[in-house]
Amino acid sequence: MIDPYKIRQDFPMYRNQIKMQGKPLVWLDNASTTFKPDCVLNAVEEYYTHATSNSHRGDYDLCFAVDQKILETRQRLGQFLNCKPIEVVFTSGTTNSINLVAFGYGVKFLTKDDEILLTQAEHASNVLPWFKVSEMTGAKIKYIPLDKDGRLTVENLRKTITKHTKIVAVAQVTNVLGYIAPIKELAQVVHDYGALLVCDGAQSVPHMPIDVKDLDVDFLSFSGHKLCGPTGIGVLYGKYDLLCKMEPFMTGGGMNAKFDMCGDAQYLEPPLRFEAGTQNIEGIFGLDAAIQYLMGIGMANINAYEEELKRYAVSELEKTGNAILYNSKSEAGIVTFNIKDVFAQDAATFLNSRGIACRSGQHCAKILIDYLGVVATVRASFYFYTTKEDIDALVDAVKHGKEFLNAYFN
Amino acid sequence: MPTSIELTPEMMRGIIMDHYQNPRHKAKPSDPKAYLSLHASSTNCIDDFDVYLKGEKGKVVDALWDGIACTISSASTDILCDRVIGEDYALAEKTIQSYLDMIEEKPYDASLLDEAIVFVNTGKQAARIHCATMGWTAMKELLEKEEK
Repeated sequence: MIDPYKIRQDFPMYRNQIKMQGKPLVWLDNASTTFKPDCVLNAVEEYYTHATSNSHRGDYDLCFAVDQKILETRQRLGQFLNCKPIEVVFTSGTTNSINLVAFGYGVKFLTKDDEILLTQAEHASNVLPWFKVSEMTGAKIKYIPLDKDGRLTVENLRKTITKHTKIVAVAQVTNVLGYIAPIKELAQVVHDYGALLVCDGAQSVPHMPIDVKDLDVDFLSFSGHKLCGPTGIGVLYGKYDLLCKMEPFMTGGGMNAKFDMCGDAQYLEPPLRFEAGTQNIEGIFGLDAAIQYLMGIGMANINAYEEELKRYAVSELEKTGNAILYNSKSEAGIVTFNIKDVFAQDAATFLNSRGIACRSGQHCAKILIDYLGVVATVRASFYFYTTKEDIDALVDAVKHGKEFLNAYFN
Repeated sequence: MPTSIELTPEMMRGIIMDHYQNPRHKAKPSDPKAYLSLHASSTNCIDDFDVYLKGEKGKVVDALWDGIACTISSASTDILCDRVIGEDYALAEKTIQSYLDMIEEKPYDASLLDEAIVFVNTGKQAARIHCATMGWTAMKELLEKEEK
């Protein structure tokens, strides 16, 4: 059972009673980033106050301790995702992770006869790297059609995939609609065709139990800051044999075994091969603390609580008669809506004037807009510290949507 | 000439909503060659529109805008067109400068602004300052081009 009031005591952004526009902050933008508990902040500080040293660069105890910490974090992530620690590559975040697969694998192996499958609901970071791969290799981009509700189905994958398909890159949970894709079943079809499933986990890993072995994804990306960790740290999980085939996206210190003046270089084995340069060590310390914190609460509990919040929000917003909902059927804690007769951006400003942080716009999924048939939407997104009172504040604002110009006059 | 003192908040809201719902100058030019145009968009909001200027003998003959825009950018750009049509370039530029000064909460000449005064509170919503100014800065750039 989640007790968000008790949980909030761990979060300075709540304890400090942060206000926005003079009103108590109602944070409903968790799909974009999340608050950090004390343990994460302490871990980051710990690195600078008690443990500063560069990793794998010296023979002394402090350095050894940092190396150990990084190793432990990889082990913890292995436990969190059900993979081997050597299958965990540190990156700066989801975008970096997907680019690493796109350039390290896609550019190396794809040719003009190949196809990459995406959906219209993907975030820019799971679209634009593949556009680049297409530009550089001649491979074709195709889209798996979504069903009438915006859901990605196995049936539609079957209709789109061909023997030319080499990569299927899809989000496990899409950032605007919040459907949970049937990744395990999709992976089976993808593998039947000899292709790889590249899964964007930015919106799923923070919110539900993940078992990469059971899902059988080939790659999975996520960001630390969306799961209570620091910004600038993320993970790429890759099946080890695939990581071994991949080219490093960046070269430099920390990833080479040896090199000579003739230009010959030998790289380290993965995951170090992909971690050139000094890593975001404070980020790794913080990420480790965040993962432990989440495991302490329990991912299944988080998932169940957010589903409950989602159902509550949908039902309350529907009751107002003043909201247009675009994803009432989806499972994740993301509600995408518009206030009747109010442009999304004006609605978000109005919410701001009431202390409520929501996103308006196209949410980095610009190709979805054709599907929704609207220029822009407002998105409210929840986490395990979100309360029903937060949702009530949103619902009350939606009821008063017609007064949106109050944002400038009250 | 009304000023903020004479306009009640209700009247100001009414003016904004009127220009948003019934824009007078929201159109593409029928003879695009006669107009200079500039695209106005931003990374932090949805606004995405074009501003058009037709000048002749040092005067603004016509001003238009068209595209996707929130209430603040729609109404402010529409009122901008009202303010500059028929003016000579120097006065149009002075009006625009005065408006931009008002938004930035600097001293400004209210007598030049007429209805544009309704945006005096935009600073309350920092994220929308750009919306209230993007049409105006685009027009300023077009006027500078026209003068060359």
